[in-house]
Amino acid sequence: MKLRGRTIHRGHAAGEALVSSSAISFYGGVDPETGTVVEAGHELEGRSVSGRVLVFPRGKGSTVGSYTLLRLKAAGAAPHAIVNSECETITAVGCIIAEIPCVDRVAVERLETGDWLVVDGTEGAVEVVRRQGC
Amino acid sequence: MKLTSEEQRMLDGGHGPAVQKAMEILVGLATVYGAERMIPITSAQIAGVSYDNLGAAGLQFLNDLADGGGRARVLATLNPAGMDIENWRALGIHASFARDQMEVLEAFARMQVATTCTCTPYLVGNAPRYGQHIAWAESSAVCYANSVLGARTNREGGPSALAAALTGRTPEYGYHLDSNRAPTVTMRVRTPLADTSDFGALGQAIGRRLETAAGTPVPRIEGIEQASTENLKSLCASVATYGGAALFHIPGITPEADRWPAPPVTIDIGPEEIDAAKQAMCDAEPGEVDFVSLGCPHLSVGELARVAELLSGKRVRKDFWVTTARPTKVIADRRGYTQAIEASGAIVAADTCCVVAPIRGRFRAMATDSAKACYYARARNGFRTLLRPFDQVVQEALR
Repeated sequence: MKLRGRTIHRGHAAGEALVSSSAISFYGGVDPETGTVVEAGHELEGRSVSGRVLVFPRGKGSTVGSYTLLRLKAAGAAPHAIVNSECETITAVGCIIAEIPCVDRVAVERLETGDWLVVDGTEGAVEVVRRQGC
Repeated sequence: MKLTSEEQRMLDGGHGPAVQKAMEILVGLATVYGAERMIPITSAQIAGVSYDNLGAAGLQFLNDLADGGGRARVLATLNPAGMDIENWRALGIHASFARDQMEVLEAFARMQVATTCTCTPYLVGNAPRYGQHIAWAESSAVCYANSVLGARTNREGGPSALAAALTGRTPEYGYHLDSNRAPTVTMRVRTPLADTSDFGALGQAIGRRLETAAGTPVPRIEGIEQASTENLKSLCASVATYGGAALFHIPGITPEADRWPAPPVTIDIGPEEIDAAKQAMCDAEPGEVDFVSLGCPHLSVGELARVAELLSGKRVRKDFWVTTARPTKVIADRRGYTQAIEASGAIVAADTCCVVAPIRGRFRAMATDSAKACYYARARNGFRTLLRPFDQVVQEALR
């Protein structure tokens, strides 16, 4: 299955999907050294975004969150790629400065945690190579 | 979107790697928001200055831009840093933090950004005119520039404001367009407001109302007959913090209020709602306060004069930070206000504030007149808070 979207930042990456149906605040919501989601009550609380293709509707919170993505990258704890339904300033700028492939306007509700995703940031496409449990 | 040949050259690396990265950021934002072109700006205000938020990776990013030939093309100033640049020891800042913080400022200085570290650039020489396009970060200053000055800016983040400074451009969308500046909801204030803490409470009340509204609402606020510069900076800080608002209109006070008719959807804000907002920002027990802070946003000269008057000949009994912009402090030094305040044992700190300084774990409860400071004291530092009128905050320090 290949889903078409829009290029936010170029590049290719693959990884296991970590899907959130709620928005993510990188500043204060994700530990910049480990990639663990620390926002109290968030559906991904305690999970790590490190090395995953992180799928969520949009970013929220302080614009300092762009620098959190950069810090994650430097710590080797960044997601391999980001897929949004509708990207915004914090996530877009974070992906551009941290060189993380990013695609938005994708039907994220068709993706599940555990899916193996190949993200083509340059083409703005997401391919689901292997469904969860297959 | 259409780039001019000059902008395309920037994107292709013809002006070096720093300008190229900057233009990539702006094109990315233009894509996200459907901007059709870039427009020239006259001013930038850059956030992402405190080393506490940047970390080593953020510092490296800034050094890479400076090494890559990044130079500000317009007047650009900075948000508060994590410490007073000249007097950080008095604030109990560690030497290793001070060293890292100074490296951040040196990177900005190499990019020819003015290192006046303040959230009130409009009080100290970065004061855009009505209708000018600018690219500002710092949510309180964004709201002040749009609402009170009638300049035009979106809510930029640190990297996008810096990118705008290094290219002299910003993508044309959002509040740069006339159509997005019209009021969408009328708020009628049905109670008199006396001082900065009242205006902060109003900002919280309006913010809470906006939070649940769809899209990006622009309130027209009726029922305010007078508001000082200090009142307005407090309102801007609060309504931006609690409601994410970047623009409001007040008839008789802000310059664009009469450009559009009042929206028919009207929300009344009475004394009970203002009281509830104040209560929501007071969770400290009496006697628990061990930190007193004025200067969020940074104090004006007039406010420093008032603090000096109230503290004259007295001794404070708690840690009391009075924070302001460096140029404002220079005026206060010459007028004798700084000496009067510091003779009491309080500290006048420039370049920084209680929101961005690394003070997690140092205090239990903070008294302030600032609704915005209450929010960050809790969320960022885990302090309990006490919101009080300006003069009473000073009394709290003496208690």
